Amino acid sequence: MTTNTETVAVDSKNIKKKFGFSSLPYKKQKIIISIVFLIIPVVLLTVFTYIPAFAMFGYSFTDWDGIAKTKNFIGLKNYQTMFSDIKYWQPLFVSVYYLIATFVQIALAVIVAYLVSFGCKASGIFKGVYFFPSLINSVAISFVFIFFFRPGSTLDTVLNMFGLSGLTKLWLQDTGTNNICLAFVSVWRYIGYNIVMFSAAMASISSDILEASRVDGANKFQQLRHIILPGISTILGLQLFLSITGALSAFETPYIMTGGGNGTMTFIIQTVQFAFQNHRVGLASAMAMVLLLLCIIVTSIQNYVMNKKAR
Amino acid sequence: MSKRKISLKEIFFGTVKYGFLIFLLLVFVMPLLTVFFTAFKTGSEYTTTSVLQLPNSFLNFDNFKEVFQKGNMVNGFKNTVIVLVFSLLGSILTGSMAAYIFSRFKSKFSKFVNGMFLVAVMIPGIATQVATFQIVSGLGLFNTRLAPILLYCGTDIMTIYIFLQFLENISVSLDESAIIDGANYFQIFYKIIIPLLSPAIVTVLITKGVGVYNDFYTPFLYTPNADLLTLSTTLFKFQGPYGAHWEVISAGIIVIMIPTLIVFLTLQKRIYSGLVSGSVKE
Repeated sequence: MTTNTETVAVDSKNIKKKFGFSSLPYKKQKIIISIVFLIIPVVLLTVFTYIPAFAMFGYSFTDWDGIAKTKNFIGLKNYQTMFSDIKYWQPLFVSVYYLIATFVQIALAVIVAYLVSFGCKASGIFKGVYFFPSLINSVAISFVFIFFFRPGSTLDTVLNMFGLSGLTKLWLQDTGTNNICLAFVSVWRYIGYNIVMFSAAMASISSDILEASRVDGANKFQQLRHIILPGISTILGLQLFLSITGALSAFETPYIMTGGGNGTMTFIIQTVQFAFQNHRVGLASAMAMVLLLLCIIVTSIQNYVMNKKAR
Repeated sequence: MSKRKISLKEIFFGTVKYGFLIFLLLVFVMPLLTVFFTAFKTGSEYTTTSVLQLPNSFLNFDNFKEVFQKGNMVNGFKNTVIVLVFSLLGSILTGSMAAYIFSRFKSKFSKFVNGMFLVAVMIPGIATQVATFQIVSGLGLFNTRLAPILLYCGTDIMTIYIFLQFLENISVSLDESAIIDGANYFQIFYKIIIPLLSPAIVTVLITKGVGVYNDFYTPFLYTPNADLLTLSTTLFKFQGPYGAHWEVISAGIIVIMIPTLIVFLTLQKRIYSGLVSGSVKE
């Protein structure tokens, strides 16, 4: 009896081996596992990234409102509409504020990273406090700064404290200050992330080289210019390019804080409004295509520059 | 301690340096601190006192009660947690599987798929939402939790690269010795690779988790239904009814920030190294 069941068990094991996955030659296993493991990522990537990108390209040549079953092909008319009226381009000028802010942010982040990385007491606390904002929820941050800039609120109170009450104004409504305020929020939010990145890169610079240069009489500025900056150049370039595409596609903070009013409209806010509020999906798609193109150009330049550097 | 005499110049630079760092510290803390104070003030206290003034009592939790009872914050937490759990599970699974194939089987097919992901990095997700929205609603996923979950799983390239980087440090000879012992590729993946990837999984959990928790536009566009609001969109809705009641909005802000603060304080080192490992390799 016992031997019988044993043989059955062994048999079923053999059958399993014969027909199971393990019995296949590794070459076939490779093909099967490649397909099984990649099918879901590929489907998700195709459905939610590639198809939308191509569909958008298609929509941009139609007058579709996003609801009707029919869409009429109207050729390049959406692009013509866009290029003929300056108001559609206004948001790109707004991006300039964010771009300038980006450069300030990166430069400041390098300096701060340098200060906290070399011989700094309590550097962990400084880094931690600077970094924490980059983890905060975007609605929370936007609300914190709506509050901060409110009349009679934090900023005004601090200005009053220093006898600068003449400077107070409706920060987020005044067309002279609102974009600067919004760009400031973006710097406030993301600079800590850059600081952490840069100080990690600086930590990998050998202290021997720095010590040797000091013995040779290099001052702090020369060290920064000739040893530290070249040492972090890869990550510096990467962060810079990432920030440029980030500046071009600024959306959440300005949308929540001002809704794009009073000349704070960014390109994405405009696109979203045209697509979801004005029901002009065709035109919105043309706008998004332009932005997409800009981002692809920036990223291509980035890849080209970074690859060249790597070689 | 060194016997070197500290020169005047060094004292000067030291003062400037720490002065600057502390000034920055204030720039970062002030906006949050005033919100924190306001969250504990009563309505009349808020209108009559300066924002820099401490609240009468830090034990006044009325605003927080309001946030949870009338502001639907519990619902927001529930939805955020559901979306978070499934999108993290999904992206860890798909990310590690894809990375495993990319790093171990360098066939033409896997290289092509890898290229697809590389090119997709260039397409900023937010720019294509106009068309993504049509696809999501075409699939009948509009106003379902599946929409954000799938979008978070599907658009994530960062995760794959974090896994790829870790995989490159796991010796292929481990795989080979398992093959000699008769293991098949699935077994290698589940029994050897996944356990060794656990530090990468933690990194992904943190970076991706923070991203999903903080995201506004995905739930804003795809799950506007009141029952499906996440923390972000719930707080966003505070603008209307509480427009003049900044003490309640402040409490809402603090409530949303507490989990983030706890995660940050407990996992600070891991977060830093996770960010760095995710970005250096492109």
